[in-house]
Amino acid sequence: MDSALIPEGAKRCSLPKFSIGMAIVGAVLLWGVWAMFLCWFKGLNQTNMNDYYGFALWIWADLAVIAVGGGAFFTGMLRYIFNIKELKNIINFAVIIGFICYSSALLILAIDIGQPLRGWFIFWHANIHSMLTEVAFCLSCYFAVLTIEFIPNILENRQANKVPFFHHLAHNMHGIMVIFAATGAFLSFFHQGSLGGVAGVMYGRPFAVREGLLIWPWTFFLFTWSAAAYGPSFTLLVTKMTEVITGKKLVKDNVVHLLAKISGWMIVTYIIAKIIDTIYWAYVTAPSLGFKLSHFYTDNSFYGYWILITEIVICGIVPGAILVIKSTRENPTLRLVAIILGTIGVCLNRWVMVLQIMAVPVMPFDTWALYIPSWQEVATTVLPVAYGIMLIALAYRYLPVFPQEKELNSVKPITESE
Amino acid sequence: MTQDNHNNAYKFGMVIDLDKCTGCGSCMVSCMSENNVPFKEDESNKRDSITWMRVYKLTNGKSFPDTEIAYLPRPCQHCGGEGDHGHSPCVSVCPATATDYGYDTGIVSQIYTRCFGCRYCMGACPYHARYFNWWDPKWPEGMEKYLSPDVSPRMRGIVEKCSFCYHRYQAARDKAYYHGDKDHIKEEDYQTACTTACPSNAITFGDLNNPAHKVHQIVKPDPHPDPRNHHVVGKSRNPKVFRLLERLGTNPKVYYLSEREWVRKQGDHYLEGEWDKIKNHHGTTSHG
Repeated sequence: MDSALIPEGAKRCSLPKFSIGMAIVGAVLLWGVWAMFLCWFKGLNQTNMNDYYGFALWIWADLAVIAVGGGAFFTGMLRYIFNIKELKNIINFAVIIGFICYSSALLILAIDIGQPLRGWFIFWHANIHSMLTEVAFCLSCYFAVLTIEFIPNILENRQANKVPFFHHLAHNMHGIMVIFAATGAFLSFFHQGSLGGVAGVMYGRPFAVREGLLIWPWTFFLFTWSAAAYGPSFTLLVTKMTEVITGKKLVKDNVVHLLAKISGWMIVTYIIAKIIDTIYWAYVTAPSLGFKLSHFYTDNSFYGYWILITEIVICGIVPGAILVIKSTRENPTLRLVAIILGTIGVCLNRWVMVLQIMAVPVMPFDTWALYIPSWQEVATTVLPVAYGIMLIALAYRYLPVFPQEKELNSVKPITESE
Repeated sequence: MTQDNHNNAYKFGMVIDLDKCTGCGSCMVSCMSENNVPFKEDESNKRDSITWMRVYKLTNGKSFPDTEIAYLPRPCQHCGGEGDHGHSPCVSVCPATATDYGYDTGIVSQIYTRCFGCRYCMGACPYHARYFNWWDPKWPEGMEKYLSPDVSPRMRGIVEKCSFCYHRYQAARDKAYYHGDKDHIKEEDYQTACTTACPSNAITFGDLNNPAHKVHQIVKPDPHPDPRNHHVVGKSRNPKVFRLLERLGTNPKVYYLSEREWVRKQGDHYLEGEWDKIKNHHGTTSHG
């Protein structure tokens, strides 16, 4: 029924089957939209946030999607600025994932603020000393860049491409994409960093505060670094999920291996920096303020040393090691384990840098504050996931997202044979 | 007016004598009444109810008969920020300049009509002095007639906090101007609601820069940066006076006074052995 829209030579499931899948995910999406409107019309009393937990699940989700969406800017930078040609076979998908992540982040922020209609004040009354101001400016600008990067792919739809103007526009936009990739990389360095800075500059919170370089705390650099490291892992993870769901090989192994290798080396270098940062904070920064490391990990029912070990060792050192060693990297199972652990690791880091900061007592007579999100918070956090699945499904069905798909699936389906 | 140490300006602050505080809560009640602070039908969850002034209960951790308690009233600390340059933890992070530092008064303001409710300031404040309006303010029928016309009520979705009864400062300033001495507000003309309501006179409020003011005489603030921690300025030279979390360098303008060592020790965190080194000369030398 919609075959005229499907990329030439590509096989897709029937429209009824596709529609049923979309309807199921759409129902989840509507659940999230309902919760979103509840928050907008009734206020943030719909959440379980409180005056101790001003930042909670949403801000974690916001930081997490931006971190894993980092695959877009880093892959774009590698493809267009460092001219790594193999990555052209995955860059469209990286851009779509980035687009989903960043549009989700902006939506979450719009729900999270207490007076959504005043959201523009962040630009109009901007406080140049605030990391959040930098986040707002760079995030918005980078989302515009991602939209520009996504447009040529949309215009390559079989029917749209028949229109000469769209055809030429897409072609010419590809030609100047290096400019947007460079702009995107520049903006991303700053907004990823300033998201890290949000925590690092809170000198009233010893769990968060870090020394740094000039006005930037070390978390500024660590956030950028970790997004560049783990973002490509997430791109590979979503690619793998798409391959499993569609039952097709979509990207050649050499491309996957290359991106996995780059991600691996970035993770290894990042985790070294993270370990140094943690040791310095634990043995110099926190003690200078009167805090022992144990203050942050004991006397409560949830936050123990396990979270530090899980983030750094299990979800940092382990995936890094798997991805830098050729034999383990090229083993599909181990590679999958590594990219899953990596994705969990960066999300856990963002959790710690949002929720654990709020949980740790600072005044000596204060107590730990733990919190469980309300269903409205959960629903609005699931909303971007449902939206992401739908957009990926639509893009995969109607756009030539994977340039190697036709070649890989023309004769017979190829599966990884390692 | 200056942006360093406010030498030529007011620097309003208070000292609370914890040995006099009985924990009666008058300061909290007067604050809510004076500043049109909204309340909920069910106030049992203290983590989402608004109390600009909150009284904490401290104990010495010992069992009967050695148990001792103290009450610690905690308004906004009106931090001067690291080095006392006005970059308070909350002011420096607010993305929309909705909270600001008054270099002429040392008071940290909150601009209700500009705040869009991101709550970053709440995360940055280690004293939990900032409160979010999770609900629209609702007053029992007829009670709106008792609201103070000098203080604007706040709407849902924004942050609010203690303002050191700024409207009283404005009134005192007007009075001084009217009497032809606009640069000198009399000590008795500007007193916060909590100060005047305290039945045991535990709260002393005034200009920390003015040696004639009682608060200055009790606190004896050191105008120079602490030699061992340059972020700390205005440390008290009275060994019985301390500030909350002074080591963080937030430089609050709310000081606490107690003869009891265990109470003073609860003002900050100390590693093993640190307290013993500084306790006897707390106020003359610092800890870094």
